[in-house]
Amino acid sequence: MSRKLSTRAKLLLYGILLVLCVPFVFPTWWMATSSLKPAADIFAFPPKLFPDNPRLDAYRKVFELQPFGHQYFNSMYIAVVVTLGTLAVSSLAGYGFARIRFPGQNILFLVVLTGLLIPSEVTIVPLFQMFHDWGMIDTHWPLILVPVLGAPSVLATFIMRQFFIALPHELEEAARMDGLGRFAIYWRIALPLARPALSAVAIFTFLHSWNLYLEPIVYLSTPDMFTLPQALTQYVDAYGGPMWNVQLAAASLTALPVVAVFVFAQRQFVEGLAHTGLK
Amino acid sequence: MKTLDRPRSTAATGPPEDGTRAAQPFWTSRRRDQLAGYLFIAPQLIGTVVFVLIPLGLVVWYSFHEWNVLAGTFHSVGTDNYHKLLDDPKLPGVLRATAYFSVGLVVLNLSLALALAVLLNQKLRGSVVFRTLFFSPVVVSLVAWTIVWGFLLQKNGGINAGLDLIGVHGPNWLRSEGTSMLSAVVVQCFKNVGLNMVLFLAALQGVPRELYEAATVDGAGRWRQFWRITVPLISPTILLTSIITVVGSLQVFAQIAVLTQGGPSGSTTVLVYYLYQQAFTFHHFGYGATLSVLLFLIVLVLTVIQWQMRKKWVFHES
Repeated sequence: MSRKLSTRAKLLLYGILLVLCVPFVFPTWWMATSSLKPAADIFAFPPKLFPDNPRLDAYRKVFELQPFGHQYFNSMYIAVVVTLGTLAVSSLAGYGFARIRFPGQNILFLVVLTGLLIPSEVTIVPLFQMFHDWGMIDTHWPLILVPVLGAPSVLATFIMRQFFIALPHELEEAARMDGLGRFAIYWRIALPLARPALSAVAIFTFLHSWNLYLEPIVYLSTPDMFTLPQALTQYVDAYGGPMWNVQLAAASLTALPVVAVFVFAQRQFVEGLAHTGLK
Repeated sequence: MKTLDRPRSTAATGPPEDGTRAAQPFWTSRRRDQLAGYLFIAPQLIGTVVFVLIPLGLVVWYSFHEWNVLAGTFHSVGTDNYHKLLDDPKLPGVLRATAYFSVGLVVLNLSLALALAVLLNQKLRGSVVFRTLFFSPVVVSLVAWTIVWGFLLQKNGGINAGLDLIGVHGPNWLRSEGTSMLSAVVVQCFKNVGLNMVLFLAALQGVPRELYEAATVDGAGRWRQFWRITVPLISPTILLTSIITVVGSLQVFAQIAVLTQGGPSGSTTVLVYYLYQQAFTFHHFGYGATLSVLLFLIVLVLTVIQWQMRKKWVFHES
């Protein structure tokens, strides 16, 4: 429905869009500004959009009360390892299912696709038992192994397969004539062409790992091992009530770097997800 | 033909033949290629079996047992857990809460996503800026987003303060049974609606403009065009987003755990939260496994229904 709009219609449209923006943008603004307010002013009425005398006390407390730097590192390195692992596993499997013919291919693809049908919450009880038997409770192994090899990577494999199926055959034929083996074709020809699909997979894998909450609170019990989502909820006072300004400071530190990267690279982000993501 | 570039493939398949000789009795180039296929899919296949299928089998097996992971006790209880499930006085409330959340989220999320996509699909300067803003909560850490909304929805928080300024006295959103679930739905909707919006936007851009021009010539108004042209043409995307959103809504956990802890009086205790409580707070692992089986069956049934619907009403381009 892209037609020329009258000026009045345009103004109306801008007005509607601006109003609609509020619930999307205001919480992030409120989070960042409230984290700079002293605890006493946090529920001050009337609410202040800009803090009167911004201070960083809450940010100091974030690091005093918990090994927050360590927890930040945990979340970061787990998300990076999971992303790289998923890229490797899903691009290999996606290529294999899309471009190589072997007996049992369709059945095996269906076996893998069951991962799409089974939310990881369904298997959390037996997985807990398994990792307990393997002595991996309170380690980061469950947070890495399950996403890279289990249900979450199946969607990535599916996307990679869809992408590789669409590649023209001629490219590979030429490479085979030149004597390249399968792995060399995958590595030197297919992967470089798959950059859009790979970046879409990388983005949603990173975010998925970064947001994981159920799994960390099930598997981890030592503050030094915690990941960020879990750490954020631990800033409570002696009565179990949240220390709001400290929670908001920690939340800002968690959210703002990713938002900054996103704003910087939003085109790749959004269009990558739209065009290769889930069609 | 060269041998495969992966060294372990030859190591794993016994004595490697001389790679320069073309025709071997067993390791023909076709066989070698098939082997490569198996090796390519092996990590994902083994991972799916170990971390999805075996646990799925185990969860059914466990649902007939009761045990304590920490104490190491394990014994069969027959179908007791299923009797308990049917008699559980809390379960109807849990299922109602789950349905409320899922239906509320799907309706709110899909209609808002479609509305935003249609608005952004107009020829308008700066629509990329708006798209970025609507999408931005997707990249905000889920728990951080939920904490901020939890803060805004406090009795004396930002939302009620704003309402007070215009003379409306807001409820205690998260502590009243009437508004707690609504709050959870709204918080989740604004977090992820950008994702569906982007998918809808891509679908809208694929609708040929000539169709609208023809319809205008025929005297069809915008509203009519939307229902008769846009909706049928993007119906595959509507189906896809609804499946993703429904399945995602059944997995909701962090938002509930952070916002309301299932309260007040269980009004926001959705299935996954209840499962977590039973298994990991009360250590009723067998009953937790039984609830997992129930969750799996619900997801399975809903997915099958949605695929059946696809045959009926989704427009096929080819």
